[in-house]
Amino acid sequence: MKKLMLGNEAFARGLYEAGCSFASSYPGTPSTEITEFAAKYPEVYAEWAPNEKVAMESAFGASLSGKRSFCGMKHVGLNVAADPLFTISYTGVNAGMIIAVADDPGMHSSQNEQDSRHYAIASKVPMLEPSDSAETLAFVKAAYELSEKYDTPVIIRMCTRVAHSQSVIETSERDEIKDRPYEKNGQKYIMMPANAKARHPFVEKRTVLLTELAENCDFNRVDEGEDSSIGIITCSTSYQYVKEVCGNKYPVLKIGMTNPLPVKMIKDFASKADKIYVIEELDGIIESHCRNIGIEVTGKELFSNIGEFSQSYIAEKLGVELPAYGKLGEEIPGRPPVMCAGCPHRGLFYTLKKNKVKVLGDIGCYTLGAVPPLSALDTTICMGASVSGLHGFNKLSEENSSSTVAVIGDSTFMHSGITGLVNIAYNESNSTVIILDNSITGMTGHQQNPTTGYNLKGDPCAKINLEELCKSIGIKRVTVVDPYNLKECDDALKAELAADEPSVIISRRPCALLKYVKHNGPISCDTDKCIGCKSCMRIGCPAISIKEGKAVIDSTLCTGCGVCSQLCPKDALGK
Amino acid sequence: MTVKTKNIMIVGVGGQGTLLASKLLGKILLMKGYDIKVSEVHGMSQRGGSVVTYVRYGEKVYSPIIDKGEADIILSFELLEAARWIEYLKTDGIIITNTQQTNPMPVITGAAEYPENLTDKIAAAGARAICFDALSLAEEAGSSKAVNLVLLGKLSNSFDFTEEEWMKAIEVSVPEKFLEINKKAFLLGKNA
Ligand SMILES: Cc1ncc(C[n+]2csc(CCOP(=O)(O)OP(=O)(O)O)c2C)c(N)n1
Repeated sequence: MKKLMLGNEAFARGLYEAGCSFASSYPGTPSTEITEFAAKYPEVYAEWAPNEKVAMESAFGASLSGKRSFCGMKHVGLNVAADPLFTISYTGVNAGMIIAVADDPGMHSSQNEQDSRHYAIASKVPMLEPSDSAETLAFVKAAYELSEKYDTPVIIRMCTRVAHSQSVIETSERDEIKDRPYEKNGQKYIMMPANAKARHPFVEKRTVLLTELAENCDFNRVDEGEDSSIGIITCSTSYQYVKEVCGNKYPVLKIGMTNPLPVKMIKDFASKADKIYVIEELDGIIESHCRNIGIEVTGKELFSNIGEFSQSYIAEKLGVELPAYGKLGEEIPGRPPVMCAGCPHRGLFYTLKKNKVKVLGDIGCYTLGAVPPLSALDTTICMGASVSGLHGFNKLSEENSSSTVAVIGDSTFMHSGITGLVNIAYNESNSTVIILDNSITGMTGHQQNPTTGYNLKGDPCAKINLEELCKSIGIKRVTVVDPYNLKECDDALKAELAADEPSVIISRRPCALLKYVKHNGPISCDTDKCIGCKSCMRIGCPAISIKEGKAVIDSTLCTGCGVCSQLCPKDALGK
Repeated sequence: MTVKTKNIMIVGVGGQGTLLASKLLGKILLMKGYDIKVSEVHGMSQRGGSVVTYVRYGEKVYSPIIDKGEADIILSFELLEAARWIEYLKTDGIIITNTQQTNPMPVITGAAEYPENLTDKIAAAGARAICFDALSLAEEAGSSKAVNLVLLGKLSNSFDFTEEEWMKAIEVSVPEKFLEINKKAFLLGKNA
C-alpha cells in the first residue's frame, strides 16, 4: 500500500518488515521517531536506554542471542557509543545488527555539526546513506542481509532532511526471521589481545569484500545525463537538490553506500565526463576518496563544509539563474524558541540569576535559560559536562566553590551526569549540583527515562530514587525544592553554596506540557494595583507582556504557576 | 516537462497546529495520486519558535524543501511569520495569512518592536495577499484551536479538489469528537 511516511517512520517500517525484534536507543533529534515508531509494532520490542553506549551494547547482546537488533541515536550519540562500536566491528554479529545515526547539517537542534561518516571509516563498519523515505525502507531491509552475510554491524546514516521529510513509500509484509542459535565462540567474541589480533585481519578482509560489493550493488547507481561536460558524484539529501536543479542534464553517480566507497565505479564514471563535481554536505569524504584514487575533482572549494545545502545553493554554484522574489524592506524581529509558560525550570533560573551565580549548564530544555532576560548559563558543551566540569572548575578555587553551580536535567543526569557526581564525591570538591527533575525527557519531545517510573511503552516500571542515589554515591546534603516556590529555591541555593561539602539540590516539578499535570488556571492582572514596574517581566514568560504601561496576561498561555505573582510588589497578579 | 511541481509553505508559531494542516494536505494529495514531499524541522523550534513546513507535489518531487522565490502559496498562521517568509513567495504567488498577532520574546522584553501595518507591507511586497481574521472564525466554529482548519478552508480555494474530497481528508485526519467543529471551521474559512 502507498503511504506518505516520515524518513524515520519508514526506517521503523523497514525494521519491522526485516524481522527486527529488539530495539534499544537513546532519544536525540533528528533520530528519536525511529524508535518511537518501531515501538508501535507489537513484534518489535523497543526501549529507551539511559544512554547510547548502553543502547548499542544492548543491541549487540540481542544480536548475540540470535535476534535481529537495532539501536538509534543522533550524531553526538555516536561519540558516546564509540567505544563498543570499534570493537563490535571486530567481533561481528550473530543475527543482523543495524545502528542508525542521524546527522544534523545546519544544526537545527544540535551543539555541533560533526560528520558521522568519519566513524564508519575509522571503525571499518559499512555505512549506507538513504536520500528519501522509500530508500530508507529499502536500505534497512538490505542492511540486515549485509550484516549477516559479512558478519558486521551496519550503520545507516540519516540526516535532518531525510529523517524529518515525508515522502511516498510502499509497504510490504514482515519477514518472519528465525532466531540464530547462540554458540560460544571465544575467538570471535572475547576481544583480549590474542583473539583481537586474529580478528583484525578479518576486518580488513571484510572491507576488501565490501569494496567489491560497492562496485556492483543497488546502493550505488548512475543516472545517465545528456551533457557530459560535467559529471556529479553525490549522496544523501544533496542528491535530491542536484536532481531538482539539473534534472537529467548531467550524469550523476549517486552513492548510497558511503563506506567503503567503490574505486572502479568512480574511475569509470569520471572517465566519461570532462569535469567531476563532488556534492556532499559537511566534510569532503567522497572528495578525499576520489583524490586518493587519483581522480581530479571539484569539491569543498566550491561546496561548503559548513551548514546544509538547498536547491538554490547548488543552482548558484552551478551558475543556474535563481528565481526573483519580493522583499518587505524591513527588519523582522526574530522568534527564538522560549521556555514554555509554566515551565518549572523558570523559577529556578530566576533564582540563579538573582543570586548572580556562575552556572555550568548542560543540554535540554533548560539550555533555554541562556537567553534573555534570564541569561543564567555560562557553558553548554555536551551531555553530562556540567557536573564533571563543575568539579574541575571548583576543585582548586574556593571562590568558585561558593559561587558556582551545575544544572542538569533528569534524563541528562541518568545519561552521563552520575559519573561526574561520583567524581565530586570521590575526589571531594565542594560543589553544588542542581538536578532539574521535570520527570521527563523534555527537549526531544517527552520520552520516558529511568527517573519517571514508566518505560517506552508507557507501562509502569522501576523508578530511580534520585535522593537515595545521590546519598549512596556519598553526597550527604541532598535537598528537594519546588521551583514554583521562589523563596524555597533561594534559601536552598544560599544554604548549599555556603555549605562546606558537596551537595545536590533536586528542583522537582513535572513539565507543564505533560498531559497528567493539572494547572491552576490562568491568573490575571489587577490594573488598579499594577504600577507598570515590569518586575514580572524579569522571568521571560511568554504569557506576560506590557500594554499601555500595565502587565497583561495571555490567558490562553498562562498555566497559573504563580512565579510572576511572587515578584509583584503590589500584589496585582493573582486569581 | 509534464506536471510542474507545486510548492506550498505553511508557517506559524510552534504550538499553533501547523502540523495538522500539512498532514491533511498530504492526505488529500496522496489520494489524488501525486508524488509528494512534506518536510519540517522537529525539536528545538517547537518551544514557541518560528516554524515552517514545506509541502511539494507533482509528478516527481526531488528536493524536500522550498527556497526563496519558489513558493506558489504561503499559508501563514500569524502575521509576523507571513512577513518573515515573504521572500520565499514566487513573484506571482499567493500569500494567505491570519491577521492574528503573537509577540515574540524580543518584542515582549522590549528589545524589538512588532512592525506596524504589516498587511499593507505584505501586499506591497508584490504578492497577492489574502489577510483575514481566522481566529474569530475558529471561535465562531466552536474552538480557537480550529484556526488551522479555517486557514485550510481558505487554501482549498486554490485547488480544484471537490468539497467531498476535502471532507474525506478531514475525516481521516481529525479525531471523531472534533469532527463537527473542524468541518464547520473549514467551511467558514472557505467562504470567508
Ligand atoms: C549524546 C547526546 N545524546 C542525545 C542528545 C539529545 N538531547 C539533548 S537534550 C536531551 C535530554 C534532555 O532531557 P532532560 O535532561 O530531562 O532535560 P529537559 O529537556 O527535560 O529539561 C537529549 C536527549 C544530545 N544532545 N547528546
